[in-house]
Amino acid sequence: MSGGCLIELRRVSRWYGNVVAVNDITMTIGPGITGLLGPNGAGKTTLLNLMAGFLEPSRGELTVAGAPSWRNPRSFEVLGLVPERDSVYAFLTGADFVASTARLHRLPDPGAAAQRAIEIVDMAATQDRRIATYSKGMRQRIKVAAALVHDPQVLLLDEPFNGMDPRQRLEMMDLLERMAGQGRTILFSSHILEEVERMSGTIQVIVGGRLAASGDFRAIRRLMTSRPHVFLVRTSADRALGAALIGRPAVTGVELTQRGLSVRTSDFGAFSRELAGLCRDGGIRLHELLPSDESLESVFSYLVTT
Amino acid sequence: MLNPVVLRITLRATLGRKRALVFLLVPLVLLLITVTLKLVAASPVWPAEFLGVFGFSVVLPLTALIIGTSVLGAEIDDGSIVHLLATPVSRTAVVLSKFAAAVALTIMFGALPEFVAAGIARGFGGKLALGLLAGALVASVAYNALFVMLSVLTTRAIAVGLLYLLVWEGLLGNLVGGVRVLSIGQYSVSVANSIAKASALNAHLTLTTAIVMGLAVTVATLAVAARRLSAFSVKGEAV
Repeated sequence: MSGGCLIELRRVSRWYGNVVAVNDITMTIGPGITGLLGPNGAGKTTLLNLMAGFLEPSRGELTVAGAPSWRNPRSFEVLGLVPERDSVYAFLTGADFVASTARLHRLPDPGAAAQRAIEIVDMAATQDRRIATYSKGMRQRIKVAAALVHDPQVLLLDEPFNGMDPRQRLEMMDLLERMAGQGRTILFSSHILEEVERMSGTIQVIVGGRLAASGDFRAIRRLMTSRPHVFLVRTSADRALGAALIGRPAVTGVELTQRGLSVRTSDFGAFSRELAGLCRDGGIRLHELLPSDESLESVFSYLVTT
Repeated sequence: MLNPVVLRITLRATLGRKRALVFLLVPLVLLLITVTLKLVAASPVWPAEFLGVFGFSVVLPLTALIIGTSVLGAEIDDGSIVHLLATPVSRTAVVLSKFAAAVALTIMFGALPEFVAAGIARGFGGKLALGLLAGALVASVAYNALFVMLSVLTTRAIAVGLLYLLVWEGLLGNLVGGVRVLSIGQYSVSVANSIAKASALNAHLTLTTAIVMGLAVTVATLAVAARRLSAFSVKGEAV
């Protein structure tokens, strides 16, 4: 199947009226795990909907396993989709929902396929409850089971970690990694970089509808930790602490402001260790320590300009 | 072309909830009034008058409107349609299965009560009961085809459907003769009249015209619905 399960985009754009949601994107996504990252409104969902055939490209060519997905329901023979929206047939039990999906795919043994998919997402214990009673994380997992039931070669997941607690998130990542290890093409979107910190694989960063960066997870992660951080520090003796801080190699700038000390550091880890020591040695009381540039946009824009 | 899974889920979605009780309300009113009229009405033609007017311009079209716009429209509105469309099932099969479910439900909550009411009024083997049943079946089929199409075309299917019923069929149908050829209400009462032969039904079309036009409208609207669903687009975040 290698080469048969590629997602290929060639100069794909999609606009709504004069709003451009996806702007001239060319990418090929192959077997393994790929993260589609970007701030909210960057065009990730639009891109996934284009891939799933739920939107027509305004321009460009898009194929999944060699065939265009627009107006082609048969692409779902190799494709599975986990939509972001939480709306499912809440009146069905989890087992019913997955088995119905198996029947819609005309699988030879829908019951067995459903059980297999339910076990993969670890929902066997709660499969006989109605979906209406499920938590957000359980709904997410039953949606993944339904998308997996026909054993697709390509799986698209829109914000699969949304609303999950850290343990569920780890389990979902393990699941995706395992499926990727079996040679499947897994593409998921996320707007929270930290969510995917543990992942291996490649990422595609989308900002403002454009492909801003793509590459290896580890490289991006290094960029993230070594990027300059700015903190706001309020203490009982700002000026004394500022003088001590500027002598440290990890600190690249200190400014006295009305609200406290604004400290710029190039090494987040060293700075956080040293700050405590400096305060203790100088008898300075630390009132507040706030990261002042942690907004997603600043993280993404840093990645884009690097 | 029907998909049994889609059919089953749709019937369950509609009947499995408390709101299905609402569907019982209208037929119940119809039967209550029929029984009351049977006891007190003086006019000998009251069954055709009452069941023709109330049944064919209120009960059947409204039942079909509520059911026909929701079998597919509700899922499109809340986004759960994506789970159905993220499978290789053909869009035509989706539309036909949804339509079939709507027709079955409308027969259950509209056409059969109409038949029972006519049976109470004039006897179940009588011409009136059979005629009204035939007409009601035509209404169940043609109205639902139209309303299923509206639910794919617009998120305001109920409003548009009401406008069609009130303005096109109700007002223009009575004022302008030509409109009758394009009125599902007229197809149904004309079919009913071909058996029941009751002038109170206010039918103006021949049986042939009613059947041919009814079929044409059904096929055309379902074809449009299937075509539009094939190009179903999820609303993007940029909208």
